[in-house]
Amino acid sequence: MYDKHGAPGGVSRQVKVMRRIYLDHNATTPVRAEVLDAMLPFFRERFGNASSVHGLGQDAHAAIEEARSQTATLIGGRSGEVFFTSGGTEADNLALKGVAFANRDLGDHIVTTVIEHSAVLNSARFLERQGFSVTYLPVDSSGMVDPGDVERAITGRTLLVSVMSGNNEIGTIQPIDEIGTIARRHGVYFHTDAVQVAGKIPIDVEKAQVDLLSLSAHKIYGPKGAGAIYMRKGIRIEPSMHGGHHENNRRAGTENTPGIVGFGRAAELAHTEQAAEYRHLADLRDTLEKRIREEINDAVVNGHPTERLPGTLNVSFPGVEGESLLMRLDLKGIAVSTGSACSSGSIEPSHVLLALGVDPHTALGSVRFSFGRDNTLTDVEYVMTHLPGIVTHLRHVSGKGGAKAVSVSSPGVVSSVARV
Amino acid sequence: MYSSVVLDHFQRPRNIGDLPDADATGEAGNPVNGNSMVIQVKIAENRVTEARFRAYGCPATLASGSMATVWLTGKALEEAVAIEDDTIAAVLNGLPPTKRHCSVLAADAVRACLAMYSEKEQRSRGAENQ
Repeated sequence: MYDKHGAPGGVSRQVKVMRRIYLDHNATTPVRAEVLDAMLPFFRERFGNASSVHGLGQDAHAAIEEARSQTATLIGGRSGEVFFTSGGTEADNLALKGVAFANRDLGDHIVTTVIEHSAVLNSARFLERQGFSVTYLPVDSSGMVDPGDVERAITGRTLLVSVMSGNNEIGTIQPIDEIGTIARRHGVYFHTDAVQVAGKIPIDVEKAQVDLLSLSAHKIYGPKGAGAIYMRKGIRIEPSMHGGHHENNRRAGTENTPGIVGFGRAAELAHTEQAAEYRHLADLRDTLEKRIREEINDAVVNGHPTERLPGTLNVSFPGVEGESLLMRLDLKGIAVSTGSACSSGSIEPSHVLLALGVDPHTALGSVRFSFGRDNTLTDVEYVMTHLPGIVTHLRHVSGKGGAKAVSVSSPGVVSSVARV
Repeated sequence: MYSSVVLDHFQRPRNIGDLPDADATGEAGNPVNGNSMVIQVKIAENRVTEARFRAYGCPATLASGSMATVWLTGKALEEAVAIEDDTIAAVLNGLPPTKRHCSVLAADAVRACLAMYSEKEQRSRGAENQ
């Protein structure tokens, strides 16, 4: 297309190149260059099937075993106890359904929490429909599970306790060492979804006495479509996929060699860089949190003040609806996420925030900032040049919230304004 | 996902605020924990002379409220009361299927507002007749 001056580009020529700031690393991360480099040979030159006896197959097999060892190191487990899956969701499904179905003769009860990822919650609900009973433990206002509640919920029929290591929405880190001790004392399997904590805080399956643990590659700068489950030796489990003898009969299907190799490399880097990464992410998060508290009235930080994933900041802005805030930030090139979803006539607040006891109106106005390795303090600066103005404007439109920010102050005032 | 008209009204909503001397006010939605909207109008010689709105909700809700006030301004009452659920969506150049309820909310607020006005008119006519 040429405009009337004969220059190429037309309208697109005038489109400003917008700054892109990605603050949604709890959703997914980009593949690191080192990871992609490790993966690429396995698409064309080293394409063998790891089950094949010939050299090409054995090459793939060796690469997968190296990745298994790299992944085991990340979590302090043994190589033979790591099994690759298609991701965190499959690992969670395998942990809950696999243990439940293989051990039905021993019991029929599972203990989990109300703030788990939907992969755990919906697997638990599925098991309820299959005749199992499930206890969903509450959390306190910071999102913390009381280990005493776990102990009280365990009965003679309990097979499994499943409590996530760190929450994806609010970042609260659970006392899994204590919960693991309790589960072990009662002879009950302990599963933890560690998808969000990997690479951010140390994981040690021995210290925490974890029996099953879920991991995902794409949360640690690896590829999508790869994940793993750690399964302590001797655990009886029903496979999620039936087929060949892959993954020591735990998970049938030809191994996704490029994905697994990428996952292994990502796990290795995550393990080596964890301590530095923690400091980097915590510094960015703390800076943003401090500035939001200083510059925006009535901002409510959700989650635990200290026992929290370093890069996660979940904030509610009463009077502002999450999706509108997300979209206004997106139009400035800032990618965040919100737990509230507006569809078919109502806005559904996040189940996690409601479990914390956050009132529904406040829960609807929440967004999550989740930092990653490429973010800088300049990104925080950029967010703070736009965020306060957007919040003030959206509160002006709604006439709600932000008591100190707008004259029409509380939600209750709306109805009196209406009575003209 | 959204048309450029929706994005424009979402980013730069028109006619935000309250009309202290409004002739009628209409509300729709759930002001406690859902999408909600308040529309206020001034009416002279059976014509909407001014409209304001406040809205709490997603981008489509805010754009629908803004567009509803633009659509209303200058409209004769008999035209305005004929508003239908898809009137606002149409002038917004469409809404995604999952967001159609947002334009329904705006239409509900407009209808509530105009209903209040006609009730008030009837009452004052009734008072004159007594």
